Parts: sequence; structure tokens; C-alpha cells
Amino acid sequence: MSIDPYALTVNGREHEISEGWPGESLLWVLRERLGLPGSKNACEEGECGSCSVRLDGEIVCSCLVLAASAVGQEITTVEGIAPDGTLSDVQQAFVDAGAVQCGFCTPGLVMAIDVLLDSDTDPDDLTVREAISGNLCRCTGYGRVIEAVNLAAASRRGETDL
Amino acid sequence: MSGTRTTDRTGVAPRTGGPGIGESVPRPDGVPKVTGSFAFSSDLWHDRMLWGGTLRSPHPSARIVSVDIGAAVTITGVHAVLLHDDVPGSKAYGLEHSDQQVLAGEVVRHEGEPVAIVAADHPETVRRALDAIVVEYEVVDPLTDPAAAETAPPIHPDGNLIRRIHLRHGDQQVVGEVQVEGTYEVGMQDQAFLGPESGMAIPAEGGGVDLYIATQWLHADRDQVAACLGLRPERVRLTLAGVGGAFGAREDLSMHVHLCMLAMHTGRPVKMVYSREESFHGHVHRHPARMWYRHHADRDGTLVRVEARLLLDGGAYASSSSAVIANATCFAAGPYRVPSADIEGVVVRTNNPPCGAMRGFGAVQTCFAHEAQMDLLAGALGMDPVELRLRNVLATGDRLVTGQAITGTAPGAEVIRTCVDHPSAASIAEDPMALPGGAGRTADPAHVVRGEALAVGFKNLMFSEGFDDYSSAACRLADGVATITCACAEVGQGFVTLVQQIAHEVLGVQEVVLEPASTETIGSAGSTSASRQTWMSGGAVQKACEEVRARLLARVADEHGVELDGLVLVDGLVASLTGDLEVDLVSATSDPIHAEVEFRHAPTSPLDEDGQGDAHVSFAFSAHRAIVDVDVGLGLVKVVELTTSQDVGRVLNPVQVVGQLEGGAAQGVGLAVMEEVQLSDGRIRNASFTDYLVPTALDMPPVEIAALIEQPEPGAPFGAKGVGEPPTITSTAAVAAAIRAATGLALPRVPVRPSDIVFGGGAT
Repeated sequence: MSIDPYALTVNGREHEISEGWPGESLLWVLRERLGLPGSKNACEEGECGSCSVRLDGEIVCSCLVLAASAVGQEITTVEGIAPDGTLSDVQQAFVDAGAVQCGFCTPGLVMAIDVLLDSDTDPDDLTVREAISGNLCRCTGYGRVIEAVNLAAASRRGETDL
Repeated sequence: MSGTRTTDRTGVAPRTGGPGIGESVPRPDGVPKVTGSFAFSSDLWHDRMLWGGTLRSPHPSARIVSVDIGAAVTITGVHAVLLHDDVPGSKAYGLEHSDQQVLAGEVVRHEGEPVAIVAADHPETVRRALDAIVVEYEVVDPLTDPAAAETAPPIHPDGNLIRRIHLRHGDQQVVGEVQVEGTYEVGMQDQAFLGPESGMAIPAEGGGVDLYIATQWLHADRDQVAACLGLRPERVRLTLAGVGGAFGAREDLSMHVHLCMLAMHTGRPVKMVYSREESFHGHVHRHPARMWYRHHADRDGTLVRVEARLLLDGGAYASSSSAVIANATCFAAGPYRVPSADIEGVVVRTNNPPCGAMRGFGAVQTCFAHEAQMDLLAGALGMDPVELRLRNVLATGDRLVTGQAITGTAPGAEVIRTCVDHPSAASIAEDPMALPGGAGRTADPAHVVRGEALAVGFKNLMFSEGFDDYSSAACRLADGVATITCACAEVGQGFVTLVQQIAHEVLGVQEVVLEPASTETIGSAGSTSASRQTWMSGGAVQKACEEVRARLLARVADEHGVELDGLVLVDGLVASLTGDLEVDLVSATSDPIHAEVEFRHAPTSPLDEDGQGDAHVSFAFSAHRAIVDVDVGLGLVKVVELTTSQDVGRVLNPVQVVGQLEGGAAQGVGLAVMEEVQLSDGRIRNASFTDYLVPTALDMPPVEIAALIEQPEPGAPFGAKGVGEPPTITSTAAVAAAIRAATGLALPRVPVRPSDIVFGGGAT
């Protein structure tokens, strides 16, 4: 079905949405219309954080955002946080720390940690746990994920290289 | 940070950073998973695809009077609406018994049972079509009490008893000087993998079908799907799509047959993705259990006899209930020498949601009970609970209650000692966020008490009771590159990493390619369950690589006229021990070498009528020590620290082992204090992540790894035991025991609810 077109700015590129259903969520549009399936669909009710993206810098669950309401905002997904063929510090830390198992929660966690470290490069354990408590992971028990945060934080403080 | 300390203390950091066995080699799928480019089953896409959906029964028990699809099929964009009569082959499927309906016919036996399936151009059209199907039900009172199942009218032609095992071991007249008795309950747990059930079927030329699906065992799925489609198995081709966790919930079919039916009916690719609510209805759960125990011991603490009655609720269909009750019965007495036992395990059919496999199955439920009994016994004897366990714990050569002698490694005492000797890093919480109740900031520090306790457990590895358990693998070595083919389902555990490590270890190759897992390219790898793939598919890959190595050495010996005995393969070179011959791997394999093998573990026997027999291959032991804070006024629990030791045989990849121990413990913490599929008259009341609570990073404590006990297991590749299940088995029991230690309450039921603590409740 065709709709009144609207434009979304995703990872620095403008996309016109002219097909579909006007009630589609941002998660749906990213995954099914823009070919960006990195944001995941584990609960679609804002509980698991696997669909986390940045909207003008703030972390949101894209499953709870009406796509058409994000017009004019800067949307950043996991596909857009590092230039093609490279990894961001948080992504590299996940690989190095063994924080990836099935990987379904990983993109959302990467986004949440990216937001955390933008404001605090030396978070204590409770701060880290609170910052990722909106992201459910069923495989890791969070141990290696927290290790990855520590690796990435140390890198941002300039203490180590990733 | 706790994670770093753990790494340093246990030596789990990469030893040399090399690519072989024993190194923390990074996952080959790690980069695509962190960038979002890894294709999960829910990411499948085809430019001609339709969307599928499922209409499910709202009733736990009902007769279907009529189904009217007239309005649904006329909706623009709807391409197919299919019912029971449209199932082309067998109307039923199942892992062990074909008793579960593909689509309900005359009756529905549980809430959420599939009744109709739809294919349409958009998920919204699918939803409208499902809403437009009119089903007239004649509602029947559901059978929801497992204790009543055996005497109730049968809800299925196969009857309400799925399996009874009455295990009798040793002298049945013996009585202990000290006896303790208890009744325990375990609630229904959900696997709650993050990646929802999803897949895509594509019709193939010649009337076959290709199915891309997230599963734990491609070949077992293929055979069931083909039977339901009325096709020969080779006409149904399954390829593993990216799996977002499994934990047992993907052992049974879910949408598999539905997708194939819709694709073959419409002639179009069809994709389906369950919502989270649908996922709770679309897969089996961990069996709820009611367990009565009586332990007998001498006054010195030597166990004399264990009596137990175990009742598991299998729900509406059999799934893997037969294997679950076998494990529950065989391991009911725990990892202890028990010379006399009378243990009856029963699993029954009810109109509750079907139950089947979940990590540690059978042993999780009984560990909670037998460890509570051991603490009760220690109290009755006036004995230290650790000493009581050490006095009775199994070792190599001891017999299980099945009469089977343990011939492999059994470091039960080692896991206990290392766990209790490990210093605790737990401090008293000062930040309100770290108190019970966390961000709610409701706890009053004056009402918070701390408790600490130990739990020990064990479980079989791999399939038991005479099952022909094997895995197939192929290795092709060409131009110095090893290509491995194996249908082992990677579900997140890291088999893809082990393949790299094993091929490097055996062949010295730097580049290893793992082909996609498929039913087309190789035979069965067996199930990714029962902690079996490191041993079974790891063993198959090792054997295939070793066969290639042997042929390579024979070729070089033949071509260069040297003795085979004097040749070795080192660092990418075939060299003679005398030093006068060196051939590099790339040129030696310009003509490819290929080997395909099947790998089997040592055979096992069925259980006899007394539950006796050498039914199991190998056993893995673990211990957890839990420290908890409890607000006794509010009934809130904060798990402060978990410490664990585990019998791992040999560590193949340290960071992956740690990941299994931490992740498994998290699922155990969940069962101990928060996770339960809540039922009311057979209906699930909390089918969402809003209402079914999975531990977050704030709920989960640091996991201190006291020791990874490395005693290589005979017959296992490189001596490695599977490590996935033990962490889930003992963590629940330890946390529950620590809450008992803090509160002095009996707490005979998990998950422990706030009301159990405040009002001292528990099992019914």
C-alpha cells in the first residue's frame, strides 16, 4: 500500500519512506524497508532493549517509536556507529572480551554502552549494570559484557588500545 | 571489576594468544554479530516473500465444532488459509512420540495450540485474516492438576501417563538411624531465548521445499517435517538460519511444518516470526515438579538410603518428557554414594502447556530437592553441611543408584573443596541500588539479613539409555585450507570457534572454513543439547581431521619414498624427524584430501524394570556457593555473589567456558528468585518480558570461578566434557539454600516469591 511519503535520516543518510502502513514502528521500517536488520526484535514492547537505537543521541527502543514520528531526527543504528569495514571501540571490546554468544542482544547492548561511555568513561560496576539493565541477555549472564565495558572504557580513557 | 579478577585468578586469559586448543580464540562470528550483519532467522528476506501467521486456541481444552475461513480468504492480500485437513502427510509429530498435532483437528489440548495458518502480503494483513477466522469451540474443563492425571479420563488417545520409572537399588529393607523428609516444588521455567522463533520456507522445483530455520537438530526436524508433508526426507532440505539462543526450546518443531505447507500451497517463499507472546505458547517449557523425599543416614553422616517420589507435569504433549523423567530419576539422589534407593519418577499429560527440554533437564528439578534434603540432614545430624557432602560425594569407581559404576573422571570432592575454600569478595552493600529491591530503593538496611550456602550436583552428558548417538563431519584439505562440513547447530555456544581450534590443532592449518549447517551436505550431527556437541561434533571434526592428516602423511611418504613412521605435521609443514624432508602444506594438498566420518560415544544400555543399567556415558559435576541479602520485611532478595567450581575435563576455550558458566548461572538465579510461567486454569498469565522476569545485569551477581577442574575424560576429544548444563543445575539450589540460611525458613519451592519469605509459604 502507498502512503504519504516521509523522510528519515538514518546513519547520516536520508531515506524516503513511501510504501507500507502508516502505523509501522521505527524498528519495522529499519529492518524491513531500509535493509538495516541489525536492530533486533526480541520483545517488541520495550522490555529487552535489543532494538536500541540513538535518536538525536538519546537511546530509545525503536520498537516503541512510530517511524513517521522520527522525521527530522538523527537516527543512529548499530550499522552506523563505525565506518564500514571497521569496528567501534565497544564492538571491538565485545569481540575481545568474549561478550558475544548467540549475539541477538549484542547490537542493543553495543548501542547502550556507547551511550554510557559518551557521558562517563570511568563508570563503576553499579553504574555499568544500571546502564545496561534495560538490555536483556539470556546467554552471557552479563559477566563478559561488563568485561567488554571495562575494556572499552579503559580505551576511551586512553589507558589501553583496542 | 569482578570479571577481571576471575579471569586473572583462574588463568582463563589467553595462554599465548594462539589459535589452538586451550586458547581463548575469538568467535569467527563475533564481528558480524557486533556489527549487526549476522543473519538471524528473523532477518531472512526474499523479494517475493509472503508473511505467515498462526491462529491459536484460546482454550486449554475444547472440542472444535466448526472453523469458518470464508471471511479470511476474501481479504485482499491473503494468499492461503490452511487447516488440519490440509496437512498433507502425518497429522502429528514429536521428538520421541508422534503425539502432537500439526494443526488441531477435533480437539485442542492446550492454550495456544495451533488451529489455522495464514499467508499474506504484510503482517498486518495476516493479523486481520487471523481475526477473521471464526472457530466455534465446545469448551471442556481442562485437566490441570498433574496429581490427578493418572486417574482422570484420558485427554489424548495415548493416555495421560507418559512414563513411569520405578528405580530400586540395593537392600530395600535397610533403614537409617536418622531420617529427614521433605516435599519440594519447582515452577515452570521458560527458556526465554532472545531470538524469537522464525524462519522461511521456499518451494523447490519438483515439489520439494527448502526450509531455513533456527533449530537445535536439523536432521531430526527434517525427518519429522517430511513425514508431515508426506514427502521423502530428501525432498525436504533444511539449512540452519542464525539462532538467537535455544536452551532446549528449539528441540521440538514449532512453525516448521506450517511454513512448508504455506510455501508449497502458495508457490511463494513464506516467512514467519513469532511475537514474544506467541513464543511463550510456541515452545515447550521446563517441567514443573513436585518431589517428596526421605533420606536415611547413619549417625556419622553416611547416607544409607534415599526414597523419592517425583511427579513432573508434561503438559499436553510428550515432547522429550521420557528423557527428562529418566534424568530426574537417575540423578534424584544427587552426586552421592547411596547404597539403597527407591525412587519413582512419573511424568504425566495435562492440559497445561507442553513441557520438554530446558538446560539441565530433570537434574535441575531434583538438585533443588536433594540439596535441600542434604542441608536438612546436616541439621538433623548436627553436622557441617559441607562435611556431610564430602563424606558421601561420588568418585570414580562408585556406583550410581542405577547400579552403574563411574569409569570416567568424577571430581565431586574437588569441586566442593575448591568452591568452599575460595575467598569471597562480597562486601556489605552501601548503595541502595545494591540492596534487595534495587532501583525501587524500598529496602530498609535494618531488615536485610545475609545468608550463604553451598549446593552440589551432577548430570549425564550426551544421550542415554541405548540411544544410537552420533555426529557426522567431513574435512577437505586443499591448498593448505581446511574446509569442515558438519550439521551441528550453532546456537550461541561457540561450536564454530571450536571447529577452528580443533582443525588447527590437528592439521596445523591457519585457515579453516566451516560450511553452512545443512541436511543437504552431510549426515546428522545429533542435537545441540545434553551438553553433547563439544564431545560429539567436536569428536567428529577431530576424527575427520585426523583421517585427513593420516592420508596426507601417507601421500608424502609415498611420493618422497620415506618411512611413514618418521613423518610429522608441524607448523604447516610435513617434515621427517631426521630433518632431511620438508614439504609445505599448501603444495602437499594442491590435490585435495577429503575424509568424512561418523563419531559415536561408547554405547549405553536401557534401564531395566528396576531402573538399573549402564544407561549413561559420562558425568559432569559442579558446585555453587551463593551469598544473598534478604529484606525479610518485604521478601525481596538480592543475590550478592555466586562462586562456582566445575568439572570440565579439559578447557578447550577458556573464555567460552567462562561464558557458559556465567550464563548458565544466570538462568539458575532466574529460576531461584524470579522466573516462572504462571498458570491459571491452564492459561499462561505472563506471556511477555514485562511479566515474565528474566535477570538483568542488576539482578545478576558477579560469578567468581573458583576452579575449572581439568581431569581429562577418557574417550572425549582432548579430554573435554560439555560444560553448558551444570551451571544451571547447582546455581538454583545454592541460591535457594542461601535464602534459607538467611531467613531460617524452609522455602521448599522455587522460584522463591516475596510472599514465601514474608509469610513463610512454599510447596502446596
